[in-house]
Amino acid sequence: MAGLVPAMVLFGVFIAVPMLGALALSFFRWNGLGTPTWAGGANWVQFVHDPLARQALEVTAKVVVLSWIVQTPISIALGLFTAGRQRYRSVYAALFVLPLLLSTAGIALMWEALLDPEFGGITALGNSLHLGFLQQNWLGDPALTIYVLIALIAWQFIPFHTLLYQMGRRQIPAVLFEAALLDGASHAQLFWRVTLPQLRYTIVTSSTLIIVGSLTYFDIIYIMTNGGPGYTTRVVSLDMYQTAFQQNEFGYASVLAVVLGVVGVAVALGLVRYSGFGSMTSQQEGAA
Amino acid sequence: MSQTVARPARAQPAAHGARTATRARRRRPSPGRVLAFILATVWLVVVIAPIYYMVLASLRSQGTYLTANPWLPRGGLTLAEYGTVFGAGLGRYLLNSVILTAVCIVLTLSLCLGAAFRIVRRSTRAAGVTFRILLLGLAIPIQAIIVPLYLLVYKLHLYNTLFALMLVMSAAAVPVSVLIMVSFVRDIPRELIGAVLVDGGSEWTVFRRLIVPLSRPVLATLAIYDGLNVWNNFILPLVLTQSNNVAVLPLGLTKLEGLYSINVPAIMAAVLLSVLPLVILFVMLRKQVMRSLGSVAIR
Repeated sequence: MAGLVPAMVLFGVFIAVPMLGALALSFFRWNGLGTPTWAGGANWVQFVHDPLARQALEVTAKVVVLSWIVQTPISIALGLFTAGRQRYRSVYAALFVLPLLLSTAGIALMWEALLDPEFGGITALGNSLHLGFLQQNWLGDPALTIYVLIALIAWQFIPFHTLLYQMGRRQIPAVLFEAALLDGASHAQLFWRVTLPQLRYTIVTSSTLIIVGSLTYFDIIYIMTNGGPGYTTRVVSLDMYQTAFQQNEFGYASVLAVVLGVVGVAVALGLVRYSGFGSMTSQQEGAA
Repeated sequence: MSQTVARPARAQPAAHGARTATRARRRRPSPGRVLAFILATVWLVVVIAPIYYMVLASLRSQGTYLTANPWLPRGGLTLAEYGTVFGAGLGRYLLNSVILTAVCIVLTLSLCLGAAFRIVRRSTRAAGVTFRILLLGLAIPIQAIIVPLYLLVYKLHLYNTLFALMLVMSAAAVPVSVLIMVSFVRDIPRELIGAVLVDGGSEWTVFRRLIVPLSRPVLATLAIYDGLNVWNNFILPLVLTQSNNVAVLPLGLTKLEGLYSINVPAIMAAVLLSVLPLVILFVMLRKQVMRSLGSVAIR
């Protein structure tokens, strides 16, 4: 009978073994061809002193923090809006979902066309409306490009988080609002004292997904800038990819991979535990 | 911004209660609602405008794309570039994506439902440990294991095959799928299972006759969620495949971009063709899709 074994074998071979493999490889030097040579902690020492890795960490931190700051309030606002029962809002809600259907590659190519400084749609818009500030070298200006990418990542993921908040809002019992209104609560108080606290699990889920997701974000950056201009958009996952598959330094790339994995797991577990979200998890464990 | 948009949502319970209140509000919407409408419309423009631009650009020829105003549907529209990209291999990428996604959905769902059933039915230590490992697997980003994964697939002589993608992507979907299925299967009443067993059924009968049919909603949810993830995944095909004949859509799009770097209409046509199957499915299953995506994360 189809039991635990097939699923766990699949998971074990293709997820768990590579997890351990990354850790092991981080102690070797290997160009992918000959035999790996034991390097002790050399890769890790190199990591600590590597200015490019440091910069990649800083860029990644920027992406994580700004993604959360940009995506969370907009998603909550749109989620509450789409949770309303008016008919036009359900039409809006359906249209808001559209970016979710596009693949990341599709989104990247679409925005490349829009942001082209010579023939792109944004430049054309700037010309028609005489808005000079729309004429920028969006993907080539070292001071600007990382923020453009963060905005595009937000464009891609806000629809998903809007859905989360929409469902979260709909699960709040109406009684709570009615009781607060009877007690004379103002609209602002309703939001801060009822809506927001009731959404706390949704906020934890959404924040975890935003933080872990942007920590390892790769696709749009790889396709649109490949880390440039200079190293200004080179995040850790891109650094790792280039170190492994373009410079063939599999050992050092594994150090970056382990760092990503450890930080990702730590953030996820930390948020879950800190927020008391763990009670749901242990409920599941109890059944197991 | 969140405050202002939140206002209408707050007023909603009251509106539910009294119909007269709703009517009054409809005649003269509160300032909060007007502001919410305006802000939501701004976002709608942000979402729709780039897609509108892409549709229009895909209908240009290479020449008119550079000369005409790209935001206005004037000056010669044509479907020619759709033909161009289909001739350039897009059909093949589409087929690969469909095969890969279908196989991954079937493989993931069948293996994971079996595993979830076992975890729920057998409260052994092995099941508990398995569950904890899967929780950990949920938190591991695929980027963190991509390097050894590449080496493993290479050693197994599976590099540059769709088969490798099928195995790896199904494996990557195991944690979230099993966890969601466990929480679903656990809610199936024990009395029902007991009844089947009393009637002389085996565990296998219980699984086939009871669990599979009852799990249909969660299977649909996960088919959509896992399917969308497989369909749109970029980094795994990028690292694990190379040739055009095994390229899936997201990777194929970037290959086309290399081929047609200056023919923007062709690239836009390719992106639109690649999303067409999903749009059709979405129009047919809109409610189910939106519920699925949300509920997976909320669990």
